[in-house]
Amino acid sequence: MASNAAVPFWRAAGMTYITYSNICATMVRNCLKEPYRTEALSREKVHYSVSKWVDGNPEKPSIRSDTSQE
Amino acid sequence: MFRQATRLVAMLPRIILSGRIRTFSSDLPAAEMADRNFVEAWKKVVPNLEPPKTPLSFMKPRPPPPSSIPPKLTVNFVLPCASELSAKEVDMLIIPATAGQMGVLPGHLSTIAELRPGVLSVHEGNEVRKYFISSGFAFIHANSVADVVTVEAVPLDRIDGSLVQKGLAEFSQKLSLASTDMEKAEAQIGVDVHSALNAALSG
Repeated sequence: MASNAAVPFWRAAGMTYITYSNICATMVRNCLKEPYRTEALSREKVHYSVSKWVDGNPEKPSIRSDTSQE
Repeated sequence: MFRQATRLVAMLPRIILSGRIRTFSSDLPAAEMADRNFVEAWKKVVPNLEPPKTPLSFMKPRPPPPSSIPPKLTVNFVLPCASELSAKEVDMLIIPATAGQMGVLPGHLSTIAELRPGVLSVHEGNEVRKYFISSGFAFIHANSVADVVTVEAVPLDRIDGSLVQKGLAEFSQKLSLASTDMEKAEAQIGVDVHSALNAALSG
């Protein structure tokens, strides 16, 4: 398939659509008025537990709570 | 003996298949053709066995567009965490597609539109509801149903103008200072989103 139309600038820079969409959403959330802003930013938090595996055994998992600001 | 068994077993679904093909042949003539070519090729190579069903024969035909244009557009506007509008009947939808503002009326052609950060307005009688959406897709189906999916959609009065100006200045600066492609892309996205927010607040 030949490349159709110009690729969007973010795709040319190596960014995927999901990353682009999430960045746009974060920016919009950062521009909201106060009660909505904290509520929206808390919606974006990702809670997960990570554990490294060594020699087929999981080490102790660490629980992380990341916001989009890294 | 077993060759006959295959034929007899395959015969029954084949009869139903032929019956079904006759009923829906007005809807998908293209699919019919593909199946027929396969069947003919099969018969040349293996005349004694019944041809297996191809994936096309399992597909349900697309429902035909209604013969008269419905009076209202049905909109499903969903976000990951909530559904803003679900099966709401409206008169018109204006969506910010990447190619520009697009108006959707009942009876619109089937379209898939990628949306850019901008204002989505829902027109119902005299009432207009505007949302700023961050990006997403709009699927318009032949039966006047529109599905809009975005990550973030806010009513315009929830946007803080001073934060928008600050963001715009910050990202314009980042754009001039950016070195790698990725940084440039991020800064450019920042500038685009904030200018769209600005335009939404003033326009």
